[in-house]
Amino acid sequence: MRSLRKTIAGGALTLLATVLLGGLLSATLVRMAPGFSADERELDPHLNAQSVQALREAKQRDHNIVRFYFSYMNRALHGDLGTSLALGQPVRTLLRDRAPLTLRLLSTGLALAWILSLTLALTSAWLRLSIFDALTTIVSGTFLCIPAAVLALLSVLWNVPGSLAIALIVFPRSYRYASNLLMKAYSRPHIVAARSRGLGEARILFWHVVPVVAPQLLAVAGVSVSVAVGAAIPVEALCGLPGIGQLAWQAALARDLPLLVNITILVTLVTLLANSGADAMGQVVRGEEA
Amino acid sequence: MRSESMNLGRKLACAVLVLVLAASAAANWLAPAGYARQYRDATGAPPSRAHWLGTDEIGRDRFARVLYGTRISLLLAPAAAFLSTLMAAFIGGLAGYLGGAWARIAMAVTDLFLSLPWLFLLITARALMPLNVSPLVSVLVTFLLLGLLGWTTAARVLCTTAASLRSSDFVRQARAVGLPGQRLFWIHVVPNLKPVLYAQFWISIPVFILSEANLGILGLGVAEPMPSWGSLLKELEGMVSVGEEPWKFVPLILLVVVVTSFQLLLSRQEEIAA
Repeated sequence: MRSLRKTIAGGALTLLATVLLGGLLSATLVRMAPGFSADERELDPHLNAQSVQALREAKQRDHNIVRFYFSYMNRALHGDLGTSLALGQPVRTLLRDRAPLTLRLLSTGLALAWILSLTLALTSAWLRLSIFDALTTIVSGTFLCIPAAVLALLSVLWNVPGSLAIALIVFPRSYRYASNLLMKAYSRPHIVAARSRGLGEARILFWHVVPVVAPQLLAVAGVSVSVAVGAAIPVEALCGLPGIGQLAWQAALARDLPLLVNITILVTLVTLLANSGADAMGQVVRGEEA
Repeated sequence: MRSESMNLGRKLACAVLVLVLAASAAANWLAPAGYARQYRDATGAPPSRAHWLGTDEIGRDRFARVLYGTRISLLLAPAAAFLSTLMAAFIGGLAGYLGGAWARIAMAVTDLFLSLPWLFLLITARALMPLNVSPLVSVLVTFLLLGLLGWTTAARVLCTTAASLRSSDFVRQARAVGLPGQRLFWIHVVPNLKPVLYAQFWISIPVFILSEANLGILGLGVAEPMPSWGSLLKELEGMVSVGEEPWKFVPLILLVVVVTSFQLLLSRQEEIAA
């Protein structure tokens, strides 16, 4: 219980550090972005000299980095993430509109990847056939050697959904870990003894194998979220899916730093939450096992 | 039996890498016209005697571009791996050796970097640099970024290894006889980190090759007309079906073969590091 609390506290601290550091980075980059010191409202012919002067003074206040940072963070905490330079829309609106598609894509891709990985890893552990093992290793190894963007292009070429491309990008990583963990678990003496005494495979799996491998598998699942999120950029960009990955790609091409940094911080928070959540769940499982 | 087949695999991987490296090194002789020459009367041509892999849509010889692109990727990915390993040795090795608050701060920064998905980090950093630069600068920027950002995983491993060395008997003994800290680090700690450094170097190469390919396909890598595996694979974007122009897949097959060869070789390096 104490270690679980420690894990949660550690995760929360990392999240806080990410938000603060990310915010600082974001604010600095926004200041560095072209056109930061310009305000097109100054060109409005309806404004008199005093109004233009007031605008300039307001802008001058932003030149103080500390004040600018706190004001930026304050706005960010209230949901104002700034405006995209390239698209001219509030970053918050852009993220809100595109998040559902990315979430659907990632959840489907991750689910497919894990179903495939666990099915093959379990079959490999049960059969213990070197030919099956070699075949799955070659298949997963080949996918590991293909760039994520090529898998995305091939999914367009073969007209298969983008979630399948995500699944094939995540699969080789998750399969390798899952297979190793299950192989090790199935070679434990008490499991070998249980099998030799004729205990049912389902009972062995759920009573003896799952409790042993679950914490590590959960940790790998947390990491696979990060892999899937990274894969979302090429898949969405090349498959023409208007999600957050595509938005990040467009922002990078247009050097839209406020948008890109906000997306990166958001994505980092999501992956940190996934990893911390997986760690915490692993601790709970370990605690129950103990 | 298994180890024999592994050895055979490694020998084969070595042979493939030597062959590919030799062919790319001989690009000037094998394709003397260069990678940028346009054959305007043969744009988008299929393979022929004159153009073994055909020409691209603006008439450049694909075989020449594959050779020169392979040379660029195979020269600069190890250079980037060398840079990232050096940084990892400096940050991770020193943090592990010094321990205490240094190690905690260094690892907190490392963890923060690791929590960022690799491709997001890369495109954010790439977007900070100007995109409309000369091809040569784009090559250098791309691989420099890979080297400067790819040190985190290796730093973590090296920090752990250096920390275990710090509390080892021979380091304690050297410290007890009054060997100064700096001398102790360079003479006793660094040589013992070498196997891990070698392994991290080899592990980084295929990662950087694949990352460059991803960046190139997304239009954030090496700029035209300079070829690299990323820019060569970008050609797949316009394809309608696989059977249409199968020779366009040659760069992909070559990339998979080379990365697989590196993976086979690094399984040996992983054993050494373990």
